[in-house]
Amino acid sequence: MEYFELLLLGLLVACGAATCLTKNLLSAVVIFMAYSLVMSILWAILRAPDLAVTEAAVGAGISSLLLFLTLKKLRDLRRKAQEDGTEKES
Amino acid sequence: MERKRSLKERLRDWDADAFDLTNEIAGPMHPAPAALPERPKDAEPEDALAAEDFRVLRRAYPILAALLGLMTVVFLLVAVFDLPPFGAAGTPTDNEVALRYVRDGMTETGAVNLVAGVILDYRAFDTLGESHVLFTALVAVLILLLKAEDPAIDDEGTLTLRQDRIVTTAASILVPIIVLFGLYVILNGHLGPGGGFSGGAIIGAGLILYAVAFGFSRLETKLNLGSFRIICLAALWFYSLSKCYSFFCGANGLHTVFSPGTPGRILSAGLILPLNAAVGIVVACTMYGLFSLFQRGKI
Repeated sequence: MEYFELLLLGLLVACGAATCLTKNLLSAVVIFMAYSLVMSILWAILRAPDLAVTEAAVGAGISSLLLFLTLKKLRDLRRKAQEDGTEKES
Repeated sequence: MERKRSLKERLRDWDADAFDLTNEIAGPMHPAPAALPERPKDAEPEDALAAEDFRVLRRAYPILAALLGLMTVVFLLVAVFDLPPFGAAGTPTDNEVALRYVRDGMTETGAVNLVAGVILDYRAFDTLGESHVLFTALVAVLILLLKAEDPAIDDEGTLTLRQDRIVTTAASILVPIIVLFGLYVILNGHLGPGGGFSGGAIIGAGLILYAVAFGFSRLETKLNLGSFRIICLAALWFYSLSKCYSFFCGANGLHTVFSPGTPGRILSAGLILPLNAAVGIVVACTMYGLFSLFQRGKI
């Protein structure tokens, strides 16, 4: 059991670092989702099932959904701007 | 050469040179708002009387703000100095509170789940504040970002999600289970892990999945902005009214009115079950409301 916890903790640190270091935003959101899932398992191991349920629902579910939606919207706007040819040189 | 500008002018257009995304994003579909008309210097306001009132208020604002800040500082300092020293042996919080919660929590609140008992009975006032924080944040977002009710604009911003057969089939199987599980988590909040917030989030996620798979048209008839406002306000009002009696009872529960019942039964624990339901409704509506407003380009 202790090894399992250590494995999860290592995974947590790795996921946290990878979220910050990933260049691709979509991958970052997916990794963040994985981070939340690992965190929710850890809450369950730490005997806080209330927090585990909340973390799984909010962290892995809804916040990732909203981030995905934001990414989709950004991509849509970028595509629209390219089609219109209004994109300025940055 | 640019003439030297006063501090006031600098403060007014501090971000005048900042990169403006409005034209980039908006494109021809949402024409950027026309630039604000340049205000002439020393222009006489049209309504001189109102301007006079405003000037008086303007002068009073900094003083009132300073007074308010000072009062807050004084209140907080008084409260801090009233606390027992850190780590003192006789501190009641170190010795009595946690022990009492663990020992008497079940008989006093009737909740088998001690967390629910603490959150929604002993510390129900804190939870009330938290629900209001969520609601206030949403209201602030709506005030800042909600576009005008203009049917011409509404459909332009909607992101069309592709209707996928896999998503539709999976959603038709999963959505009832997810919503049912959310209801279970809410209604069993006083018996097992869970409660209003997590159950509401689960139901909100289920509604979002339904909307993604089948479109908004079916949910729209029941859950639109008007009904969302009514539902949220009713739930918050119910919460506030049902907990405000604690103020007049010195934070003692009215056990003859709201009986703790037999711990372990579904209809027990006094007000915890309806309060959980109220919190769950607010959270589910907020989650789904944010998603749908964002998705449909109304924010």
